Amino acid sequence: MGNMQTMPVDFNRRRFMVGAAGLTFGVAVGVPSLFDAADANAAGKDVMLSHYVTISTDGTISIMSPAAEMGQGSLTSLPLILAEELDADWAKVRIVPAPPIEKLYGNPGFNGLMYTAGSFAVNGYFTALRTFGAQVRMVLLDNVARRWNVPVAELTTGPSVVVHEKSGRRLTYGEIAAFAEVPAKAPEITPAQLKKTKDFRLIGKDVPRVELPGKVNGTAPYSIDAQVPRMVYAAVLRAPVEGGAPDRVDDSAARAIEGVIGTVQLPYGVGVIAATPWAAFKGKAALKVTWTRGGKAWGHSTQKGLAAFTAIARDESRTGVAWEKVGDSSAAMKQAASVFEAEYTCDYAYHAQMEPLNSVASVSANADAVEIWCGTQSQSMAVAAAADALGIAQERVKFNGLLLGGGFGRRGHRDEEFVVESVLLSKASKRPVKLLWTREDDVRNGRFRPLYVQRLKAGLDAQGNIVAWHHRIVCDQVLAFQDPVRYKLFKGSDGIALRGGELKTYDIPNRYVEGLLEDTGIRTSSLRGIGVGPTKYAIEAFLDEIATKRGIDPIALRLDLLKNQPRARAVVEEVARMAEWSKPRPVGRALGFAYIDYTGSQLAGIAEVSVDRASGKIRVHKFWCTIDCGIAIQPDNVIAQTESSIVYGLGLALTERITFEDGAIQQSNFNNYPVPRMRDVPEMFIKVMPTDNHPTGAGQMSTPLVAPAIASAVFKLTGARLRHAPMLPEKVKLAMLGAKRALA
Amino acid sequence: MSQLTKTSLTVNGKRQTVTAFPDTPLLWVLREDLKLTGTKFGCGAGQCGACMVHVDGKSVFSCLMPVKDMAGRSITTIEGLSPDSSHKLQKAWVAEQVPQCGYCQSGQIMRAADLLKTNPHPTREQIVEHMSTNICRCGTYARIVKAVERAAREA
Repeated sequence: MGNMQTMPVDFNRRRFMVGAAGLTFGVAVGVPSLFDAADANAAGKDVMLSHYVTISTDGTISIMSPAAEMGQGSLTSLPLILAEELDADWAKVRIVPAPPIEKLYGNPGFNGLMYTAGSFAVNGYFTALRTFGAQVRMVLLDNVARRWNVPVAELTTGPSVVVHEKSGRRLTYGEIAAFAEVPAKAPEITPAQLKKTKDFRLIGKDVPRVELPGKVNGTAPYSIDAQVPRMVYAAVLRAPVEGGAPDRVDDSAARAIEGVIGTVQLPYGVGVIAATPWAAFKGKAALKVTWTRGGKAWGHSTQKGLAAFTAIARDESRTGVAWEKVGDSSAAMKQAASVFEAEYTCDYAYHAQMEPLNSVASVSANADAVEIWCGTQSQSMAVAAAADALGIAQERVKFNGLLLGGGFGRRGHRDEEFVVESVLLSKASKRPVKLLWTREDDVRNGRFRPLYVQRLKAGLDAQGNIVAWHHRIVCDQVLAFQDPVRYKLFKGSDGIALRGGELKTYDIPNRYVEGLLEDTGIRTSSLRGIGVGPTKYAIEAFLDEIATKRGIDPIALRLDLLKNQPRARAVVEEVARMAEWSKPRPVGRALGFAYIDYTGSQLAGIAEVSVDRASGKIRVHKFWCTIDCGIAIQPDNVIAQTESSIVYGLGLALTERITFEDGAIQQSNFNNYPVPRMRDVPEMFIKVMPTDNHPTGAGQMSTPLVAPAIASAVFKLTGARLRHAPMLPEKVKLAMLGAKRALA
Repeated sequence: MSQLTKTSLTVNGKRQTVTAFPDTPLLWVLREDLKLTGTKFGCGAGQCGACMVHVDGKSVFSCLMPVKDMAGRSITTIEGLSPDSSHKLQKAWVAEQVPQCGYCQSGQIMRAADLLKTNPHPTREQIVEHMSTNICRCGTYARIVKAVERAAREA
C-alpha cells in the first residue's frame, strides 16, 4: 500500500469522531457527555456516516477499531472487514481505536463486551462490521442516486468511488461527503446483499498491518510509555500468598530513601510513591512487612494439589459438572469389549507477556473523576472497575487505550486489578501515578493457567471402534475467579477451564465429559489456548495410545473418527502430505501427530522430534501445521499467529511451569521460567486452508497441538508415554526408564 | 546530602546530562528522564533483551548498565538508529511483517544491527546464536531470521 510507511493510526482522534454525533444514524443510545462540543465543532468538514465511519471531503475514511491490539492484528483486520463492504480505497483509510462505549462498540459475539479474548474479535464482529460497511455504502449510493436522479440499481462502486456506467459519471466518496445527507434510520441490509467471497478485494489479500511502522522505530505507544505532567511512580510490595494482608509495616527505611514521597497501605500490600522508578523500586525493597494469613491458598503446593486432584479424578463417587454429554457413555462403557484408561496432568503456567503490568492514573483532587492510560484486553471492564474503585459514575472515567505488549489472557480480568491499583495509588498520593510492576511482581502476583489432572476412559467394541468416552477434568476453577459476572451469566459453567473437552467432530456415539473444579485459593486465569491446551493434550495423546494398542496408524484412527467431517479430514490429510508422514525419518528422529477442533477452527499438526537420551531433553526440529479458520481475513497474519501459537505451545509443552510451596510461587523471572528462545524454535511449515465458512479465529488455535504432537513423536522414538506437561528432561528420563523396564 | 549524581553522556548524538542515583539503570534514565520510550523494560535482569541499546556501538542490556558507568559514553537507542525508519533492518522488519505485539522489537532490531555491523552476511546459524539473547513472547523468531537475512541481502 502506498501510504503505509506512515502510521495511519490515530490514538488521539477518538473523541473527535464521537464528537460529531449530530450526523450519526442508526444509533439508539446517547453519546456520553464527556465528549465535549468543541470536538464536534472541529468536525465541520467530515460526515459521520455511522458510529464506525467518518468520511472527510478530502476522501479520508476514518474507521473505528473496537478491539484491543496486543499483537494479534485486529487493529487492522476489523476495519478491513468494514472497508471491504464499504468498497473503500484502503490507501485512504485511517484507523481510530474506538472509545470504551460498549453499546456502540461491544463485541456482538461476546455478550456485547468490549473484551478482546478467545481469538474472538474477527469471529464476533465479522457480520456486524460487514453490515455497517454495507449500510454506509448504501447511504452513499442513495445520495448519489438522488443527486443524479437515477435509479440506485444503475450505480456501482469501485474503491472509494460511485460509478454510473450508463452516463460515464463518477463521484469519489470524498466528493459525496460534501453533500451527503445521513438518514435517520440506517438502511436494512440482508445477508444476500453482502459481497460474495470471490468478489473480495481486501479480505484474503494481505494488507500490511497498520501499526507496524511505529513498532520498528520506537514510536508505537504502549501502556508503559504514557507520561503525563506532575506524574510520580509507584511500586507495590504485595502479599506473598493470595489472601494475605499487611500486618506489621515498617516503612521507615523506605521513606528515608531520597526521592521516596510516601507509602500507601493497600488491602493486600504496601505501595511506595516516588519521584523516579528507581527510587520506587529501592523503596519497595526497603519495606519490612509481615503478613496476615487470610485466604485459602496458604499451605497449597503443587505436589499437594496434584495428589488431591488425582484422588478426586479417581473417586467416581465424586461427580462433576457436565461439559459435554452425548448418548449414554456409562451404559456403553459397560458393554464395551475392551476399555482403556489413562491419566494426564499439567502444571500451572504463566503468561509472560513481554510488558510487565502497568497503568497510569490521574485522579482529580476531590476524587470525583479519573483519567487512565493503559493497555487492557477490556476497555469497558477497566472503566467499570476504576469507577467502582472510586465510587463514581463511569462517565467520570476518561480512558486512553494504548497498545499492549502482549496479553495472552492476563489483562482481561473483570477486576482489572492493575488498573485499580494505579487508581488507588493516585487517589492516595493526589498525583498522577505511573504504576510499574517488575517482572518479579508479574510472576509472583501472576494469575495462572490452572493445575490439571485428567482421567480418560475409552470403551471399544469388538471391531475396535471407540463407542464410549468418559473424560474427567479436575482443575482449579478459573471463570469464578477471573470473571464472576460471566460465571453467573453462564450458570456456573467454566468455559475457560473446560473448553476443548468437547469432541464435536469425532464420531464417538457416547461421550461424557465432566469438570470437577476446585477452589484452592490460587489466582487463576485464561492463558493462550485456555482449557483447550490441557484438554486436547490429554485427548490427543490418549488417542495416540489407543491407536498403538489397536495397532493402527494414529492418523488413520483420526481419519476414521472424522469420516463425516470433510473440513477436518482436509487439514489432516494435507498436513500428512506436507510432512510426508509415511516416509522414514533420519536416525534418532520421529514424527508425532495431533488434530484439534478449536471452537470451529480445524487444525492438524505434526512434530519432528529427537530426544537426548542422556539428559532427557526433547528437541523439536520441524513442525507442520494446517489451519482452516473459515474465511481468512489476513492470510499472512493467520500464518504469523499460527507460528506464534506454536512457539507458545512449545514452551508450555517443554519448559514452562509455575510451582507453589506453602501458597507462594517459586519462580521469579525468565531465568527460572524459561520461555522459548530463537535457538529452541523448530522450522515451521504452515498452510492456511481457507473455506467460505464464518471466520472462527486464529490467535491461539495451534498452541494446543504442540504438546500432544510431541508426546506422540517421543513415544514413537522411545516407547515412553509422556503424560505430564511440561515434559521436563528429568520426567522424560524417568518415562524412558519405565518404558525400558516394561519391555524387559 | 543528596546521593543523586550528575552524569554526562551522549545519546543519539546529543550530549545529555542527567541527575540520578548512580546505580540507576540506563534503561530508566532513557525512558523516563530523556523520554526515549522505544527502549523497553522487560525483565530488569538481562534475561530478555527488550531493553537493548548500543553503547559505543555494541549491544548491551540497558537494564543492567548503571548510569554512572555511562559517563562520556555514546549511546544509540532505536530512536537514533535512523532518523526516518530507513535503516535496512527497520525496512526489512516491515517487509517481513515481523512485529506482533511489538514490545520486544526495538531490542531485537538493536541486537540484529550489532550483528550486521560486524558480520554483514551472517549464516542462519550465526543469526540464531546471536539473537538467542532476546525473547519474543509472540514467537516472531522465524520472521526475525527472514528479516535479518533480507537486510543482509539488500545491504
